[in-house]
Amino acid sequence: MPDMEILFDITGMLFLLVVLTLLVKPFGTYISNVYQGNRTILSPILMPLEGLINRAAGVKQDEEMDWEEYATTLLLFNGMGLIVLFLILLLQGILPLNPQGFPGFPLDLAFNTAVSFVTNTNWQAYSGESAASYLTQMSGLAVQNFLSAATGLCVAIAFIRGFTRHTSQTIGNFWKDMTKSVLYILLPISIIAALLLVSQGVIQNFDPYTNSSLLQPVQTSDGQTIVNQTLALGPVASQEAIKEFGTNGGGFFNANSAHPFENPTPLTNYLEILLILLIPFSLTYTFGRFSGNTRQGWALFTTMMMLFIVLLGVMYWSEYSGNPLVKPVASGSYLEGKEVRFGIGGSVLFAVSTTATSTGAVNAMHDSLTPIGGMVTMLLILLGEVVPGGVGSGLYTILAFAIIAVFIAGLMIGRTPEYLGKKIEVFEMWMSVLIVLTSGILVLIFVSVALVTYFGISSILNPGPHGLSEILYAFASVANNNGSAFAGLNANTLFYNLVTALAMLIGRFVPAVAALAMAGSLSKKKYIPPSIGTLPTHQVTFVLWLAVVILIVGALTFFPALSLGPVVEHMIMNAGQ
Amino acid sequence: MNQIKTTLKLFAILMLLVGIIYPVAVTGLAQVFFPKEAGGSLLYDPDGKITGSAMIGQPFSDPKYFWSRPSATSGYPYNPLASGGSNLGPTNKDLIGQISNRTSLLNSYGIQTPVPSDLVEASASGLDPHISLQSAQVQIPRVARARNLTEQALNKLVLQHVEERQFGFLGEQRINVLKLNLALDSMK
Repeated sequence: MPDMEILFDITGMLFLLVVLTLLVKPFGTYISNVYQGNRTILSPILMPLEGLINRAAGVKQDEEMDWEEYATTLLLFNGMGLIVLFLILLLQGILPLNPQGFPGFPLDLAFNTAVSFVTNTNWQAYSGESAASYLTQMSGLAVQNFLSAATGLCVAIAFIRGFTRHTSQTIGNFWKDMTKSVLYILLPISIIAALLLVSQGVIQNFDPYTNSSLLQPVQTSDGQTIVNQTLALGPVASQEAIKEFGTNGGGFFNANSAHPFENPTPLTNYLEILLILLIPFSLTYTFGRFSGNTRQGWALFTTMMMLFIVLLGVMYWSEYSGNPLVKPVASGSYLEGKEVRFGIGGSVLFAVSTTATSTGAVNAMHDSLTPIGGMVTMLLILLGEVVPGGVGSGLYTILAFAIIAVFIAGLMIGRTPEYLGKKIEVFEMWMSVLIVLTSGILVLIFVSVALVTYFGISSILNPGPHGLSEILYAFASVANNNGSAFAGLNANTLFYNLVTALAMLIGRFVPAVAALAMAGSLSKKKYIPPSIGTLPTHQVTFVLWLAVVILIVGALTFFPALSLGPVVEHMIMNAGQ
Repeated sequence: MNQIKTTLKLFAILMLLVGIIYPVAVTGLAQVFFPKEAGGSLLYDPDGKITGSAMIGQPFSDPKYFWSRPSATSGYPYNPLASGGSNLGPTNKDLIGQISNRTSLLNSYGIQTPVPSDLVEASASGLDPHISLQSAQVQIPRVARARNLTEQALNKLVLQHVEERQFGFLGEQRINVLKLNLALDSMK
């Protein structure tokens, strides 16, 4: 009954989006209270702990930073994270909590992986269950799941302060923002989410891998008989929670959120999707509260949600239509690379959520999606991760888009470019362009390099236009710090390990520092009250205009590449070849 | 210098908090409240031997068992040390060939084309424990013949193993193949 199928799928999607929207106001309010130093529901427990941490680290109560100090401290903090994670990966063979006795990562892979987790990308050229020890997972990789997400939050909050502070030299204190992000926002919900996940069957233990007998022994390809299945175990739930909530996306296991131990039931699937979307969407409300006009926040929310729903619809239609090449022999949904318990609806909603944010976790293999379905995931990444984008990074990136939108509109209708009472001048435009275009430029350069070198194309799995899609997806993913892949591409080569690491670093820290620089410049400016010459930025016209600007920058830049990859493949498929 | 020292100290404290205390605390709570789930939902036979996990699928090719979905894991199908999908694109000739071979095999056991898609298309994890109700039902005649059982009895067993959509609307209706086959083996 295909029609019933659609009905259930749409109900599930609507249910999730309604719950999400209902949570945006309370959670966005909570976030703004945290950073404004107001009392919150968790203050009685966390304030003493926060004080303790500040004293132990030597953070002074009233110390504030200008943007240069904020940025250098942020880079220093992330640099330390990079070095520590790199060392853990190299040395895991001699470190404790390694029941399977995995050796250290090779140099290039360790570097790539460390960069990947510090930049909130979680691109994985390794396979968790056969390479990473429990210590590596929980004290190496998962630490960066927290800290990279918190870094994104810090930049977003400092950026908001640029608008809300007037004639101020400082934009906040990185250490205090970092501690607040971890203590008040990331940690409490991760604990609750992890336990909910365990209750559904996500594992959480330190047991060595366990042998279980197969009901029917099988032959391997080289003729051996296998009588036991070795179950890979580990402390998964604690990592799963922050992996989604921090829009990180790096799976404990190679199959990521498709693995039944990471995502065992439809409920865990929807919970994980909610965790992915919650902070990025709620930050729009936080922004509105900070700026004293929540309608400014809802305008950003509406822009994001509009693009999200349209692309969700396109992808659902494509996956529901399936693959005409196999339809004559296989009835029902197209399930290559998908799990039965999620079906089309749960797979599509997850795929859209993970690429619309910079998460990159997957519960279906994107390489096996229909051409248009795969294109939607790629397009969501190529739009610059703004609908709603990663934790923190989504907000500061869409604000850069908003500034560009205000500027272009100002040029067209002859109004003064200003946003939230701050005059937009040459420096702000430069920084906005840097935030918005860095990843796109990286994608175009690196895809071109990969396509004309042997190292680049020898990693391709699927022939024809799909091979181009694999490379395009890879660089879109790393330059925008998403981390998902058309995973047929063999990414664990010296070329890809080094080049993707470079793209991840630039794609993460150039926009982040540009956002902080702009925050510094904005906070020094005076507040200009709105006048007749001011373009209103909280009305429908602006929402639509902002969406158009995002689409023009993202879609037009990559129109030729997308045409040669997924669009051509779609035509080939429908021609029955 | 102060900047470096404070940053380093804060990093160490937060790493201890989220990298050691958090996962250990969650493990403790999980082991107290949900020990079975936290340990992998393991299934045991009467002698206490582990016969699998309720979450992880197993491969079947014997006519007397219900078959799981195709698995693209390397080494052997349903290898939990190499979870993942085929990653074959929708127009890849290898994929079309694989699906057509699997369909022919099902045809040879009397299952008619078009066959249910989940029986010929590989899962994302390579460990998918489930198949659709339809996929179980088309296998009933084969299993009945191999085991000398009536189709009615098997149909009843299959229906007992249906897991409905969660809360009536989330996800898909499905059947856990390993649990179904374990029940089949214990049928008198």
